[in-house]
Amino acid sequence: MTTATIAGKEVTIDDEGFMTEYDEWTEALGQALAIQIGIDMTDAHWKAVRFLREDFAEQGVTPTLRRVSTIGGIPTKELFALFPKKPAKKMAYISGLPKPVGCV
Amino acid sequence: MTTIDTTPTTVPDFGDTNETDRKICFILSKGTLDMAYPGLIMANGALGEGIEVHLFFTFWGMDMINLKTMDHLKFTILGNPATHMPQGLGGLPGMTAMATHQMKKQIADLDVPEVPEFLQLLVDSGAHLWACKMSVDMMHLDEADLLDEVEGIINVANFMEISEGAQMVFV
Repeated sequence: MTTATIAGKEVTIDDEGFMTEYDEWTEALGQALAIQIGIDMTDAHWKAVRFLREDFAEQGVTPTLRRVSTIGGIPTKELFALFPKKPAKKMAYISGLPKPVGCV
Repeated sequence: MTTIDTTPTTVPDFGDTNETDRKICFILSKGTLDMAYPGLIMANGALGEGIEVHLFFTFWGMDMINLKTMDHLKFTILGNPATHMPQGLGGLPGMTAMATHQMKKQIADLDVPEVPEFLQLLVDSGAHLWACKMSVDMMHLDEADLLDEVEGIINVANFMEISEGAQMVFV
């Protein structure tokens, strides 16, 4: 674990750059993280990120793509359009959460 | 809105600049539940990693995309010593239905969808589905008998063209 300064705030990150402390995250940080990976946040992006945050708070694990689609109500196709190529990992990164561990 | 500090920090590599165009082709030749799922789950994982995925259904794998059979895939103890059950039990009436029910329940408990819904999930994630021409002919099927999302009925030569440069998984 190491620290980094993102959007003027010192946060804890892992070796890959994923934030590790749930409570250190703010929406301003999420915005900054999105810019770092080339994603321009829209309302649709925020809907996904807010679902990830809420679901993690309840379940204690990062939701898988299928869960974001079935429980979060955002169709799989849309998730691939919003967060191209690796939607599950990109959403987790922007949301300040660990990568999902579930397979499906 | 706060000012965005863009000082360089550790950023994960999501492979967006990766030009290798990784591609994986899965040849699915079995239609029992225990043989259908491994390929579908791996394909799903590959799609989530931004990898181009093609699924080629052949022989009993056709049962997954045949509209008449796709909702009725089964699991049996018979000939499957990995269940650690006495093989004689498997031949008793109702045992395959019971084993199928049990496996479906275990899969559903993990929030993994049934095969038809799983195929839709894969297609929504960008997978390409192909049916084997010889199997279609052998089973006297045509396009109308198959899941709409199947892109075509192709022969092995066509599949070899599609899979050029791909990594291959045979199930």
